[in-house]
Parts: sequence; structure tokens; C-alpha cells
Amino acid sequence: MSTRSRTPFYIAIFLIIATGISLAVWRHIELGIPWLTGEQRPVWMVEARVDFDATGGSVTAALNVPDQPPGFHTLSELAASPGYGFSILEQGGTRRAEWTKRDVTGPQTLYYKVQLIPDPDVRSLPAKVKPVARTVFWEEPEATAVREILEQARQRSSNPQSMTRELIRLMQPDTGTQNTTLLIAGENYLDLLVDMLNFSGIPARAADGLKLEDARRRQPLLAFLQIHTGEKWLTFDPRTAEQGVPEDLLLWRQGSASLLDVVGGANSEISFSMLRQTIPAIQLAAMQSKETGLGFLSFYELPIEEQGMFRMLLLLPLGALVVAFMRMLIGIRTSGTFMPVLIAVAFVQTTLIPGLVAFLSVVAIGLLMRSYLSSLNLLLVSRISALIILVIFITAGLSVVGYQMGFNTGMTVTFFPMVIIAWTIERMSILWEEEGAREVMRQGSGSLFVAICAYLLMSAPLAGHLTFNFPELHLVILGLILLMGNYTGYKLSELRRFTPMKVYD
Amino acid sequence: MGWISPFTLNRLGMLNMNRRNVDYIARYNDRSSYPLVDNKLKTKLVVAEYGVKTPRLLQIVSQQHEISHFRELSADLAGFAIKPAKGSGGKGITVVTGRDGDEFVKASGARIGVDVLERHLTNILAGLYSLAGASDVAIVENLVQSTPDLARYSFQGVPDIRIIVFQGYPVMAMLRLATKASDGKANLHQGAVGVGLDIGTGKSLNAVQFNRPILLHPDTGLSLGNIHIVAWDEMLEMASRCYEATGLGYMGVDLVVDVDEGPLLLELNARPGLAIQMANGCGLLPRLRAIENLKRPHFTPGDRARFAMEEFHKR
Repeated sequence: MSTRSRTPFYIAIFLIIATGISLAVWRHIELGIPWLTGEQRPVWMVEARVDFDATGGSVTAALNVPDQPPGFHTLSELAASPGYGFSILEQGGTRRAEWTKRDVTGPQTLYYKVQLIPDPDVRSLPAKVKPVARTVFWEEPEATAVREILEQARQRSSNPQSMTRELIRLMQPDTGTQNTTLLIAGENYLDLLVDMLNFSGIPARAADGLKLEDARRRQPLLAFLQIHTGEKWLTFDPRTAEQGVPEDLLLWRQGSASLLDVVGGANSEISFSMLRQTIPAIQLAAMQSKETGLGFLSFYELPIEEQGMFRMLLLLPLGALVVAFMRMLIGIRTSGTFMPVLIAVAFVQTTLIPGLVAFLSVVAIGLLMRSYLSSLNLLLVSRISALIILVIFITAGLSVVGYQMGFNTGMTVTFFPMVIIAWTIERMSILWEEEGAREVMRQGSGSLFVAICAYLLMSAPLAGHLTFNFPELHLVILGLILLMGNYTGYKLSELRRFTPMKVYD
Repeated sequence: MGWISPFTLNRLGMLNMNRRNVDYIARYNDRSSYPLVDNKLKTKLVVAEYGVKTPRLLQIVSQQHEISHFRELSADLAGFAIKPAKGSGGKGITVVTGRDGDEFVKASGARIGVDVLERHLTNILAGLYSLAGASDVAIVENLVQSTPDLARYSFQGVPDIRIIVFQGYPVMAMLRLATKASDGKANLHQGAVGVGLDIGTGKSLNAVQFNRPILLHPDTGLSLGNIHIVAWDEMLEMASRCYEATGLGYMGVDLVVDVDEGPLLLELNARPGLAIQMANGCGLLPRLRAIENLKRPHFTPGDRARFAMEEFHKR
């Protein structure tokens, strides 16, 4: 008979394992599903509060809200304002939250909350239309002063970034040249900077940022300066000339649109509060998976009930792995191939010690009753059926007795698969009659040992976490089991069994 | 008891469970042949066509209602064996050696009523002893009367000879002797004694019980050192012929020697155990590989048996 080449088989196993691991790594990176349980991630909750006095009549309040601020990832946003219609509008590259209501009078408060995850990888979107510098006209004598300062800045710089930095430094009060004092006296400092940069041919604009500090209330927005280099917007602190967005800075408003428009109200005011929360990374990943479109690869979208079922079901391969390992590599004998897995699953639900006590007592009582059944000379099928019913009686009895004695663990005995237990009792009693108590003990304790090993692995929190959140890791288990099936070496037990062969060596 | 290193085992060429399953049983045994060996009734019928004798078939019980006839039909039988056709490892075999009034005498000397035998038949039909619990038929065979020269070594049960046949070549053999511990059965893991037999001569080599080497039979006290099987070449050829009958590349052939009818085939086993290596004091792998590496296989059972006798003769 020909021997088929094993190479394709090994390649297939390698591919299966590689696929499993790379899928898991990909989903870890893409969705941020953590490898370990209990990992926490910081999340900023920022609340914008808008107050105004309605003048009676219809009100439209529009607030500029952040749209992919650099360094942050929007997790969720919501608006709380009783009786108001609310929607998010996107127009001309800006996002605005709009509240609307007819016939309002008196003081009004509107809330907009956004949850943001710090993520250094998030960059601001490139502008769809390349911005051009605005044309600015200056009256004399400002025009001369502006030209002079710009000339000075240009002399000391090499590109738009350094030019901006130099300009900010020149405009600082302490550098106090005549020209700057003249200019600053007349105008708002930031607007002046924006105008000057536009005048020199660099597209520039103002932006509003929010410094994130835990549990701060009534925080103002800070003004920032942005210039466009031809590729992207760069942010500068107009006070220190520092370039870039600090980690704790949330750019709330970028672009020229106004921060807040209220039509039908007066004395409008806006203030910000913020809170640093930590939420489990896994919950975060579950929330994000819905957005990224990778959600279909996970179980998070299933109803909770099904999720619970899969949580259990996905542990079974681990049990199978333990059984395969114990039987093929160690050589432990069990009664029934996968009975240990089923016992282990029951243990997961009852916890080990109560489960063990319950299992042993059910089997022991069952064996006693079975010995009576065998003297009745029944047909096999009816004997097993009778045994199933007896096993149910025993479990019910144990539950009731356990409950009366104050152990509520008695109730969990019901998780044992009754039919399997009945068959186990039947097989064990036949084994007892045919091969003696020794073999029953050996196979029984082997089964229990494997079941306990499987239980210990299956009940480890990490195992549950990985199998449920990275179902693709089951491909790795599959590969390992296939590899083990290919193992033709000696089992550990055989090294003991064949010991007498030493004399012939 | 200590441990033995896998390297030593490798050097001795010991076949292990995993390799037996993957490299020999799975590769050389066609699944479609399994029903043939897993069913003693089918085995009997098929090997008969190839001139391999089996114990005489007295009765087949295949239906529950036929059990009531068993009482009448067994009335004039002195010794017989009831076997489940699909039983494995000697499970469910009841041997009746004689009568004592209305009661039957078992091989162990215990006396049982006909109702016990009837219940036993019921269990067999329900599939208690068959693999995977499939429903089964019971066969009633003539009792084998072992030749006295072998029978004296065994405690109660009939001694049988297990020969591993690989691609039609007998590669290793052992004599299995029942003991008190094995309850008169010839199953090694139940405590029967295994005596390795030299393929070349049919003479005993070593003996083991519970995987431990022994020199004397624990119950009969006889030395196991110089047993000699008569008509050895005839038995090897018979075992070799089972290859043509079943097409199984790797199997265990269990033979008994009847005092009247000579060598008889008891059963075939598609998954023979590994303890035979310990009884022989050498591993199976070198012999299996020698057969695998044969450039020109022999075509007749006689040629194969002769080749094996020369090749695997222990000096």
C-alpha cells in the first residue's frame, strides 16, 4: 500500500495555526480586544453645557462639535435637552449639533456629551479642498508695521512652520518693539496673527482647544492657531509658539465656523466639564466593533443569551485538547472518550468541590442501584432507561437534601448530563463484573483526573476570555489536535509499561 | 517498577500504541474488512472458504424468541461455548464444560441454571458486549478440547496461540495461558500468562504476566521454559491464509489446538495488542519493516510462512 506524503498535511496544519494566530493579532490591533482580562482603558467624558435665555418663539441652537480631533477617537456622543429636537449636521467639513424647539421662553440649558478614547494614532483628516490664504487689507500705518514684522520673521525662518513660530515670538509683549505695540493695541491678538499669516501668503485659521483635566468643571476653550503647510493643518500655541497638539488637548473646533449660534435666544454661554473614566478594554472593543465593521467576526452582536451559550460552547475545544493530550501523549485511560469533557463542563457550572462530591455520590448510589437492576434480568435498553430515571431521582434527592442542609450547591447538580451519567454507571458496572473493581477504579479515576485537568483549564478566566473574544484561536487548538493525532511516538505510560524490556536491551 | 527511556525502546524496536494505530492499523487495514473480523460468525464463514477450520457451529441465536428454543436444543449438548458474534476481547464468552443434572457446569467449575444462560443470551442480543452497543447475535460453538500437552499449562481455560500476521506474513507469536487471576480467560490484561513463541520453531522464549517476566505458571507451577507447539508450520500457514480471506494487512490471529480436529481458528483481531512484544522479549518494528521493505513478496501462504520461519527465527 502506498504511503501518502505528509507534507501537504503539515502545510495545512501550519496554515490553520498561522491563520488563527494572525486573525487574533489582527483583531487585537484593529479592534483593541485585549489579550488579558481586566485590562482598563481611559476614556474622557466631555460635557458641553449651553445656557441661554429664550426670548419666546422658536429657537435654533447650533454648537460646533469635534469631528475626529487629532489624538482622540470618538466612542459615543449624546445630547440631553428635554423637549428639544436634536440632530448632528455635517456641512462644509464641520460638524454641528443642532437643537430646535418652537415656542420657548426663559432660561434654557442644553447638554452635549461626548466620550473620547485617547489614541495617538488618530490624525486629523486632510482638507478636501486645499485652503488658500485669505486676502487681507491693512490701513496705514498698520500696513507698514505688519510688513516690517513679517519681513523680520521671514529673515529668521526657512519655511511656513518656522515663520509662524518666529512671528509668534516677535509678537510677544516682552519683545516689545514699536511695531507690535501699535498692532496689538488695535486688535485681538489671535485674529491679528491669523490675518498677518494670511497676508504673508500662509493659509491660517483659529481653533479652539480644551485642556483635559480630570473632574474639571466650567472650563473655557483655549484659542489656538493653525496654519496649512500644503498638506495638513499644523497647530501652534499662540502664547508659547509651541508646535503640535499636546496629549491632553482636545481640539474642539477647527475651521472657521462659529462655535455657537443661538437663534431666538440671548445671553448664550457655553462651558465645559470633563471626567476621566476607565472602562474595561473588552467593553470598549465591543462598542467599537460595531463601528469598524469588523463586528461580524465576533460574538458581541449576538443576544446576551446566545453569548452566554457560546461562552460555554467555546470552552469545549479546550476540554477536547486536554483529553487528546492525556490519552495520546500521556496515556491515561478514561471510560468513554469524551465523558471527561462533559464532566468538566458540569464542574465549570457547579465549581469543583461540590461538583466532585455530587458526581461521586450520584455514581456511587447509581452503581448500588444498578447491581439490584442486574438481578432483575431486564433487557438492556429498559435497564439503561430505568437507570436514567434513577439518576434523575438521585440528583433530585441530592438537591433537596443539599438545600435543606443549607448547601445551595445541591441545586447545581442538575447540570450533569443525566444520560451520560446513566451510561457511565452502566459501563462501569459491566466493567466491574467482567474485569473487576481494579479496572473500574483505574478508568474511573483516570476519567476524573482528566475531567479535573480539563476543568482547571476551562475555568481559568483567561481561557474563557480568549476563547470567547478570539474565537479564531480555536483554529490553533484544531491544529494542535491534528498534530497530536500525527504523533506516533511513545506515550508516557508506555515508558512505564514496557519497563521490563530493559532486560533485553 | 521504574521507567524505560524512549531511546532504549526505539533501539529494541518496540511498537507502541500510537504508531500501531497510525502506521499499521490505519494504513494496512481497510475499514471495509472490519465487519468481517468484528463479527465471529462472518469470520467463520469466510475463512472456511480458504480452508481454515474453526470450532463447529452448533447454533445461532439471533432473535429474542429463539432463546426459548435454546433450552430444548441445549438439552443434549455436553460442552459448548456461547459467544457474542460482535464481542471483542473475549467479552461475553461463556464456556460450559459439562452438565450436572439440570445445571450447567462452567469452565470455572461453577454451576448455573439454564435461566442464567438465557439471560446471558438476552444481553448478547441487546448488544451489551458488542462494539458501540449494536444489536448482536449469539453463536453457540462446540467446546474445544485442548491437547493435553498444552492444556496442563493452563489453569482451567483453553490455551490459545496469538499470531500477528502482517501482510500475510506471520511475524510474532505467543501462547496465552489462563490463570486464576484471569478467571480462566486468556486475556493478558486480565492476568493471563503470555509465553513468547519462536516463529522459527514454535518453542517458548519468555513468559510474562501483568507485563512482568515470570518463569513458572503461577497456578499450575509448571516451568514455561520448554513448551513446544507441535505442527507449528501448519499453524503458521493457517494464520497466513487468513490474510487472503480477509485482506487485513495487520491483524492478530487466535488459534487453538483441538485434540480431535487439530489447529482451529478462534477469532481474528484487527487491533491486536502490544503485550506480545514483552512475551517475546523483542519489538515488532524490525520485523514489520523487514516485510515492508521486501522487494518481491511471496504469493502463497506456505511460502510466506517458510520465509517468516527463516527470517524471524531467534538464535
